[in-house]
Amino acid sequence: MPEVLKAPLVVEFPFTRSLGPVQSAFLTGLRERVVLGVTTRDGRTLVPPVEYDPVTAEEISDLVHVGTTGTVTTWAWNHEPRRGQPLDTPFAWALVKLDGADTALLHALDAPGPDAVRTGMRVRIRWAEERRGAITDIACFEPYDGDDSTVTVHAGEFEDPVHGIVAQARLDYTYSPGRAQTAYINALAEHRAVGERCPACRKVYVPPRGACPTCGVATAEQVEVGPAGTVTTFCIVNIKAKNLDIEVPYVYAHIALDGADLALHGRIGGIPYDQVRMGLRVEPVWSEGGRYPDHYRPTGEPDADYETYKELL
Amino acid sequence: MTSDAAPEPRDIAVVAFAQSDTLRSTAEVSEVEMLMPVLHDVIAQTGLKTADIGFTCSGSCDYLAGRAFSFTLALDGVGAWPPISESHVEMDGAWALYEAWTKLLSGDADTALVYAYGKSSPGSLRDVLTRQLDPYYVAPLWPDSVALAALQAQALIDAGATDEPELAAIGARSRATDNPRAQLKGPVPQGDYLVRPLRTGDCPPVGDGAAAVVLAAGERARELCERPAWIRGIDHRIEAHSLGVRDLTDSPSTRLAAERAGAFERPVDTAELHASFTSQEVVLRKALRLGDEVAVNPSGGALAANPMMAAGLARIGEAAARIHRGESDRALAHATSGPCLQQNLVAVLEGDPR
Repeated sequence: MPEVLKAPLVVEFPFTRSLGPVQSAFLTGLRERVVLGVTTRDGRTLVPPVEYDPVTAEEISDLVHVGTTGTVTTWAWNHEPRRGQPLDTPFAWALVKLDGADTALLHALDAPGPDAVRTGMRVRIRWAEERRGAITDIACFEPYDGDDSTVTVHAGEFEDPVHGIVAQARLDYTYSPGRAQTAYINALAEHRAVGERCPACRKVYVPPRGACPTCGVATAEQVEVGPAGTVTTFCIVNIKAKNLDIEVPYVYAHIALDGADLALHGRIGGIPYDQVRMGLRVEPVWSEGGRYPDHYRPTGEPDADYETYKELL
Repeated sequence: MTSDAAPEPRDIAVVAFAQSDTLRSTAEVSEVEMLMPVLHDVIAQTGLKTADIGFTCSGSCDYLAGRAFSFTLALDGVGAWPPISESHVEMDGAWALYEAWTKLLSGDADTALVYAYGKSSPGSLRDVLTRQLDPYYVAPLWPDSVALAALQAQALIDAGATDEPELAAIGARSRATDNPRAQLKGPVPQGDYLVRPLRTGDCPPVGDGAAAVVLAAGERARELCERPAWIRGIDHRIEAHSLGVRDLTDSPSTRLAAERAGAFERPVDTAELHASFTSQEVVLRKALRLGDEVAVNPSGGALAANPMMAAGLARIGEAAARIHRGESDRALAHATSGPCLQQNLVAVLEGDPR
C-alpha cells in the first residue's frame, strides 16, 4: 500500500466578540489599570465579573473597584511555556484572589522557580505596557508583599469604552485523508480518476471515502472511472469569490463520470455559460503540472439520454 | 386514556458495547474507516441489521479534526441512506447516549445505536482543548488542559486530600489493567513533571479511538442480550464556567448527578470513572462516596486509554460489559467534559438478580 498522504492544515480564526455592559467595564478598566468586580445580592464580589450570579442566575451589574494585589489560591508550575501563553519563560499558572474579591482570576505568575511559589503567597498585577481592553492587559502577576487594595464602588464608566474583542486563534494540524482518499488523490495526479465499489450494493463511489453510505460497509475494490462524464445538474455562478481568478458568470456542475454511481462536482469551461445543459458530455482538463482537473470541457459527443443519468441526480 | 396517571417509564438497557484499540496515531485511516469496524462489531453482537436500528446518535468534535461538520462524513459508516432517524452532540458520546435514552423513554424507538470517536493525532490536543474555555477571560491566555488539571491537583495537595505518591499509585493501578484495547498497559514510568505537580504518569495518553453501544427497551433488550445492563438512572449536571468560582477539590455536580441517578440508594460494586488525570479520581471518589470495596476502573479508565469524545461513552460501555459478563450486578459509570470536571454525567446500571 502506498504511503498515506499528509499535509499541514492551519485553522486560523479571528472571532470578533461583543461584550455586555459588565465585561465591557471590566476590560476597559484593565486598559486604565483598574480592576473591577461585580457584587452579588448576598454581598460576594466576583472577579473576573460576570453578568449573572452563578448561584442564583440573577442579573448583576453593581461594579466595585478591587485591589491590584492579591493571594494565590492554587498554582501549577509550567516549565515549558507553549505558544500564545502569557510568558515565554517558565512561570506558574495561578488562581489569584484579588484583595476585595471573593473569587479567583486565572493568570500567569512570573517567579524564579517553583520553590518561590506557594499557595497563600502575596502577588500583584504587572500591567502590560500597551493595553487595549483585553485580559492580556494584565501581563502577569509578580510576587509582592504589600497591599494595594482600594475597594470602592465604581460606576464602571470610562471614556471610549471597549465594546468588543477580537479573539485570535490558530491551531495547527497534520491532515491525513486516510487510505481511500489517498488513493484517489494519487490517481488524480496521474490524470486518472478511481472510485471504490461497494461489495454489497455494487455502487461505485467517486471520490471514495472508504465506506458505502447506503450499506454502511467498507469499500475496497478500486475501479477506474471516466475520464469523460455527463453533466447531471448545474448552476450559474454570478458572484466573484475572493482570491478566485475566474471570470463570472461561470458554471458549476455535478458530473457523473462514466462508470461512477455518484456525481462529483466541477467547473465547466470551453463553452458559453448559457449553453451548458443537463446531459452535456464533458471531459477533464488538467492545467500544466496540476494534481487535479482545473475544469471540465465539452467532448463534442451527442448529449446523454436522460434515462442514463436520472438515478444520479 | 382513562387514567391520569403517568405511564410507567420503560426499562432501557445497554445490550452491546464495542470499542477500537486506542492508538497514538491512525493516519492511515479516515475517521469513518476507524469507526466502521466498531459499528459492525456492536451491531453483530446483537444480531441486528443496520436497518433495524430505531435511532442513531453520535458524539464527536470538529476541533479535533480541524474541519467543520466532520461528523457528517462518519455517517457513511452507519448506512444513512435511505434516511434514518439520527442526531449528533458536539460532546463526548456519553451525552449522545443520554439523548438516545430519552428518545427510547419517549417510546419513539425501541433500539438505538450510540457511537463516538475522536482522532487527537492530527492536532496538538493540549492547544486544541484551550478553545473550549471562556473566550473573553481565559482562552486568550492559552492555558492547556494539563495546566488546568495541575491547578486542581495542587489545590487537592494543599487541602491534604492527596499527595504525589498517592497520585502515582492511582496511575499504576489504572494501567495494571488487562484491557486488550488500552493504549497503555503495565508499568509506565511516572516520568517528569509536565506541569507541576502532575507528571507524565498522572496524565492520560493522547490517542485516537472509537466506541459504540446499542440500547434497547423492555423485552427487546432481553431478546438481544442474555443479561442486559438496565439503566436505572442517568443524570448530568454542570458547574460554573469560571474556574475561580468553583471549589476545585470537590465536584458537587457529580454528587448531584449521582443522587438524581439513584447511585446512593444501594451500594455499587463497580465504578467506571472518566478521570483523565489521577487527581480527578481523588475528587470523584469523594463526590461519589466510593469505598475501597468498589472496583474502580477495572478497564484502566482514561489513564490507560483516553480517546477524546469516546472515553466517557466507553466508561458506560465498560460498566455495562461487566454486567453482561456477570462480573458486576450494580455498576456506576461517569463521564466528564470541560476543564477540571466541569460537566459530569452519572449512570447507574444493573443486571437482573441471579
